[in-house]
Amino acid sequence: MKNDPLIPNIGVVTKIRVDTPDVKTFRVVGLDGKKPFEHIPGQCAMLSVPGVGEALFSITSSPTEEEFVEFSIKKCGCVTQWLHQMEQGQQITLRGPYGNGFPVDTAFAGKDLLFIAGGIGLAPLHSVINYCRHYRDRYGKIDIVYGSRSKEDLVDFQEILDVWCREDGINVHLTIDREQPEWDGHVGFVPNYVKELGFTTDKTVVMCGPPIMIKFTLAGLMELGFARTQVYTTMELKMKCALGKCGRCNIGSKYVCKDGPVFRFDQLDELPNEY
Amino acid sequence: MKKLPIAKLPKLFAAISGEKTLYIPAQDASGVSKFTVWQEGMTLSPALNTVRSAKDLFFPQVENLMGFKVTGKQIELLEERDVTAPFVLFGVRACDCRSFDVLDRVFLAEPVDTYYQTRRENGTVVTMACTEPEETCFCGAFGIDAADPAGDVTCWMDGENLYWRANTEKGEALTAALTCLAEGGDDAVAAQQAQTRAVMQKLPLHDLDLSKFGAGKTKEFFARPEWKQLSESCLGCGTCTFVCPTCQCYDIQEFDNGKTVRRFRCWDSCMYSDFTKMSAGQPRPTQLERFRQRFMHKLVYYPENNDGLYSCVGCGRCLQKCPIHMNIAKVIRTLGEEAK
Repeated sequence: MKNDPLIPNIGVVTKIRVDTPDVKTFRVVGLDGKKPFEHIPGQCAMLSVPGVGEALFSITSSPTEEEFVEFSIKKCGCVTQWLHQMEQGQQITLRGPYGNGFPVDTAFAGKDLLFIAGGIGLAPLHSVINYCRHYRDRYGKIDIVYGSRSKEDLVDFQEILDVWCREDGINVHLTIDREQPEWDGHVGFVPNYVKELGFTTDKTVVMCGPPIMIKFTLAGLMELGFARTQVYTTMELKMKCALGKCGRCNIGSKYVCKDGPVFRFDQLDELPNEY
Repeated sequence: MKKLPIAKLPKLFAAISGEKTLYIPAQDASGVSKFTVWQEGMTLSPALNTVRSAKDLFFPQVENLMGFKVTGKQIELLEERDVTAPFVLFGVRACDCRSFDVLDRVFLAEPVDTYYQTRRENGTVVTMACTEPEETCFCGAFGIDAADPAGDVTCWMDGENLYWRANTEKGEALTAALTCLAEGGDDAVAAQQAQTRAVMQKLPLHDLDLSKFGAGKTKEFFARPEWKQLSESCLGCGTCTFVCPTCQCYDIQEFDNGKTVRRFRCWDSCMYSDFTKMSAGQPRPTQLERFRQRFMHKLVYYPENNDGLYSCVGCGRCLQKCPIHMNIAKVIRTLGEEAK
């Protein structure tokens, strides 16, 4: 078969983990049983189910994971509905990785890192966090602020409790929107929690979550004295090709699929506010 | 320069057709001018340009990409790429020929789109200089010379002869196979060019000023209040994008026939609300944002990514076809004149 960047590979879903009522994490390998491709934290891949459609998802697993790639996916549209219904052993198509990824080996090197995520926004950050954990000596202190609607909606909750919370030099700050039984942690929205925690401005910030969380958290960070050049985020717009050709994921002259999805806020400030 | 008496055009077409599939602009039964596979007896359309642009031949409106066979949990990839044979595209105007440069910079940029690339490699472009440009023409604003179009071969036509000049290796190869062409015609072409260029200077849009637009002008134009008035009547029908030779946005869809799934791509339009609509939201909620996107892309974003080249060639199709008589020339005038 003649090759083309639009022609995908076949992948096999070898494990499905239920994370929350509407988020599942899918483990995918190639037909040869091996990891389908190498990637940089923050990059994305196109997954599809023939007859249903193709959509772009951030790669949740760290590049340091040698056996497979994983995708944490929230059920919210046609393709994701189908993915949520499938069973282990199902084949899907995948192509990628796409996008620039986070500057884990350049701008992040040697820095104290502050990760801020809301809901499914943890998915793209999960890859970076585990990459930084793997190469722990390359980075300074790590703080993770993660919030969700409820305890049940916290993605990767078990891994956070069993792994992240127990490592030296990593501080995890969890919060949920409303009080609920069996929760003795913080209650409140992420932007307020970030302000309460009052981080020092020597940190590099990586943020992902719903637009409203991003907006208010960014404002909070500015109040704390952070500069927009210190804050990174990852964008998502509708895509068909992920190759910079189908023409729909642009913000001004930049295409999220190839110039992004990772942008610093000072870079976003240069683009029209249309996202 | 070579030439051929007009009366022998059918002989030329037959000779080209013997080599490769030949497309010429011809009128169908309802008088619509379009690029059509030449057959014995078919003549050139009298219209200045085809209704749909020549991009169809390289970037067709619908095109199969691949197929899938799904059996239980298993997926098999199927080759369903449309086969394209070598062809000659005769009678392309200077504007449409420039549009290939615009499309090349999208589809041939890394990672290369091999569907488009195959068609480009298979196609030999024979352009036809204009002699009677219309009121809606403004290719000159983009530095295009309608009297001397690019292409693998450039042709001129007057009442007596067709003149033929090969420009590229592909053009030379085609020319070598055409024994009916005789030497000569330089003076006649020069005279015609002078005449055409004089006409171009008299067209109503000949002085359309693009100097205010281009790379780095996003902030200057994006928030301009005139977008509201310009886009107010836009129906979002997408006609402008479908007749546009440089519009390259596409959608990928699938057709499940019960046995196999065919994945195809088709033209899409940034004028449609679905274009950017996601389950998570809509970054361009009203027609104003969609309308603005189309023109910002052609006049600012595309040039920014492509060494200043505009993604408009002044063919004038959108001026002729827009049901509410809105078009890029009006956008350029309105925003350009007011720009500081």
